[in-house]
Amino acid sequence: MLLDKIVIDAFEKNNIELVTTVPCKQLSGVIAELEARASMMHIPANKEDEGMGICAGAFMGGKRSAIIMQNTAIGVTINTLVTLTQFYRLPLPMLISFRGELREPVACQVEMAVHTKALLAQLGIPTYHFHNPDDVHELDEILKYTFMCNKPVAILTDASFWKGE
Amino acid sequence: MIRSEIIKNLVPVLSGQLVVCNIGLPSQEMHLFGDQPSNFYMLGTMGLSSSIGLGLALAQDKTVIAIDGDGSVLTNLGTLPTIANNVRDNFILLVIDNGSYGSTGDQPTYAGKKTSLAAVASACGCENVIECQADEAVSVVEKAIASKQMTIIICKCVSGNIPVPVITLDPVVIRHRFMQSVQA
Repeated sequence: MLLDKIVIDAFEKNNIELVTTVPCKQLSGVIAELEARASMMHIPANKEDEGMGICAGAFMGGKRSAIIMQNTAIGVTINTLVTLTQFYRLPLPMLISFRGELREPVACQVEMAVHTKALLAQLGIPTYHFHNPDDVHELDEILKYTFMCNKPVAILTDASFWKGE
Repeated sequence: MIRSEIIKNLVPVLSGQLVVCNIGLPSQEMHLFGDQPSNFYMLGTMGLSSSIGLGLALAQDKTVIAIDGDGSVLTNLGTLPTIANNVRDNFILLVIDNGSYGSTGDQPTYAGKKTSLAAVASACGCENVIECQADEAVSVVEKAIASKQMTIIICKCVSGNIPVPVITLDPVVIRHRFMQSVQA
């Protein structure tokens, strides 16, 4: 799919060389695109905090890193975001599937969706919400911004974004 | 022998190496006995020493030794399959297994009961898993560094702590000097 390619192209253009993932149905295309890209190491993680640890190590080792995960992971990773990523001032682009928004078939996903932006705001994490397919063209600037300011940055991508093209 | 003695004994072997130190007393002991810019001290985030170490090993070619504890590995047990399936021969995971949560008052862990972390690591697919006793730690770590093979060491010891001061270095300073050591 075109969006998957544009996302991974933006990662590549910004010299991201290691990406950890915990899958989501909404992200299967982008993860497949990542897996097929020889310029980037893809390290699947069993839990998102583990993935953030790998990203922290990779960045300190000299490779820009990123994580791809679902918004439910915000609940899993608050301690890691605060005591590792933010405390040591590490840049971390987080490409997040924003489940529980319009077009969501699973009621339980809404329970985390209603807290997602509030939690990110509470944590002081710059947050972007991709709702229309055209929003993808901001990704390049968002990645540049992330590596400029050395912060975790959330890119929430909802079902309308992924299905809208 | 308790963990602090193992760490003290390891200082000469770890000199000049990239070392990721686990949260709490292990970092404080390493800082007290063998502070060096190439030590990355975790000031928080229980469980992620092995993950940070793996990320470092994946990103560059110098040897990385991640010092972990049994309680921390149990907290982040998902790390072992990830390590097993992403083999990097510059990575050594040293788990100092005293069968207790040492930094929080020596509450027992399951690793001190029926659960064998060496067996768990092997079952996860890790290929070079060595279980050793505290007095063997120095020679086992030395051999692992020389072997240039990814090695998981489970070093058994008794629980117990000595008083050590907290680390007051700013995290950004820890990261900065560590990254300079990586690049040196």
